[in-house]
Amino acid sequence: MTMQSSLDIQARSATTTPSPSVRHSAAVAKLIDESKCIGCKACQVACMEWNELRGDIGSNVGVYDNPADLDANTWTLMRFAEVESAETPLQWLIRKDGCMHCAEPGCLKACPSPGAIVQYSNGIVDFKQENCIGCGNCITGCPFNIPRISKKDHKAYKCTLCSDRVSVGLEPACVKTCPTGAITFGSKEDMVHYAETRVGQLKERGFQKAALYDPSGVGGTHVMYVLKHGDQPELYSGLPKDPTVSPVVSLWKGAFKPLALLGIGFTALAGFFHYVKVGPNEVEEDEAVK
Amino acid sequence: MKYLQRYTEGERSLHWAVALLFILAALSGFAFFHPSLFWLVNFFGGGPWTRILHPFLGLGMVLLFAYLAMRFWEHNKLNPQDRAWLKQWRDVVNNREDRLPEVGKYNAGQKVLFWVLVASLATLLLTGIVFWRSVFPDFPVWLVRLASLLHALAATVLVIAIIVHSYAAFWVKGSSRAMLRGSVSEAWAKKHHPAWYRETNR
Repeated sequence: MTMQSSLDIQARSATTTPSPSVRHSAAVAKLIDESKCIGCKACQVACMEWNELRGDIGSNVGVYDNPADLDANTWTLMRFAEVESAETPLQWLIRKDGCMHCAEPGCLKACPSPGAIVQYSNGIVDFKQENCIGCGNCITGCPFNIPRISKKDHKAYKCTLCSDRVSVGLEPACVKTCPTGAITFGSKEDMVHYAETRVGQLKERGFQKAALYDPSGVGGTHVMYVLKHGDQPELYSGLPKDPTVSPVVSLWKGAFKPLALLGIGFTALAGFFHYVKVGPNEVEEDEAVK
Repeated sequence: MKYLQRYTEGERSLHWAVALLFILAALSGFAFFHPSLFWLVNFFGGGPWTRILHPFLGLGMVLLFAYLAMRFWEHNKLNPQDRAWLKQWRDVVNNREDRLPEVGKYNAGQKVLFWVLVASLATLLLTGIVFWRSVFPDFPVWLVRLASLLHALAATVLVIAIIVHSYAAFWVKGSSRAMLRGSVSEAWAKKHHPAWYRETNR
C-alpha cells in the first residue's frame, strides 16, 4: 500500500511497455547495523503502529522471536540466533528480517498480475494489493522468503520500506524509532559509504570478517546489513550467502513462456498450411456401395 | 449409406464435458501464462476470480477425463504394428493411407495422443495441487518453483496436443461425426480403421 504518486515507476509486474517514469528520484537505502542492535523490537512496534497492523496473539515457542514468523500483519521481525562454535564463545546474533528491496526483485519477475508489484526509481519495491490476485507466485520468486499471503483476504503483504513516508521526505518508521541508531536511512550512496566506515571500525575492534551485505546476485539491495561475521551471513538465522532468483523461476518466467507461445502458434499454423498443401483426407462414399 | 456405432451417448457427453472444461481451464490458465494474455481474466470476472476458478475447472477436467481414459485405456495400448505406422509418418501426413499397416479402433497417432493427454493431465493435477494455496497447506518453496515450471510445461504440451487432435478431426473428413453423432460411415471405417471394421461387422 502506498500513497506515493506513481510517476516514477521503474518496473511493473506483468507489464511489457514502459510505466509512468517521467519523474526520477535518487536511490535510497536502509542500513541495518547488526552490531548496534540490542533486539528491543521497537522497530517491530513502530512498523505495526505506522501501518496500523495487529497480528493475532500467538504462542511462545521457547525463543525470543515474537511472533514466530513474518506474516501478513508482521512486515518486519527480529530473529534471534544463538551461535556457538569452536573459535568463538556463545554469541547472540540478532537480525531484523524483512523485505530487502532487491534491485532485481524476483517477486516482481514472478508476478502474473499487471501492476500488483511495482519498483520505484528510488529502489523501493511495493506491493499494490488492489491488483494482487493472491496466486503466491511472488513467494516463489523471492530468495529471502519474505512475502506472505493473508488468510483473510488472500493478498500478498510485505515491508513497503514506508514508501508513503519516504515519498513525503520522512524516514521509515523503524528507522525513526530505533533507540540505538542501528537502523539508518538515506541515499544508497551515503549508506554504502557509512557502512564502509562502520565495517572499518568493527575490524579495528577485532571483527576481521565484518562486511557490508549488499548481495550482487539480486543486483544489490535497498535494505543492507553491516554484519560482524560478514563471511558467514547464514549465522544470522539463515540469511543467504549469495541470494539469487531461483534459476527455475528465471527459466519459467524468462525463456520458457515466449517459446511455449511460439510452439503453440507454430502448431496451429502448421495445421493450417498442411490443409492448404495436402488437403483433406476424404472417403469416397461410393466405395461403400461396391 | 450404412453407419457404424463408434461412441455411445455417454462417451460423447463425457468427451464434450472434458472439452468444455479444457477450454475454460486453458483460457483461465493462459491469463496467467503471459502478460499479453492477462486480458482473458475478463471472461472469468477479473484476476482474483480467475485465480479462484482455474483450479476447480482443471480438477473437473482431470476427474472427468480420468473416467473417460479408463473406458478407452484398453483400446490405446501400443502394439508392434503401431511402431511401423509411426515410422511411416510421411505417408500419414500425405494422405497415402493405403501404404500404412492395418489400423484397429485407433491408429498409432491417436494412441500416442491418448498417452500424451494422460501424462500431461496427471502432471497438471499433481503440480497444480502444490500451489493451490487456498486449499492445500504450504509446500517447500523449491517444490512450488519446480511445480510451477512443470505445470506450465504440461499445459503447453496439452494445448499443442489438443490443437493436433482438433486438426486431425477436421482434416480426416467424416471423423468428427463419430464424436458428434456417435456413428461413422462404413466407407470411413473401411478406409481408416479396417481391422476395427471387420471386428464390428463380425
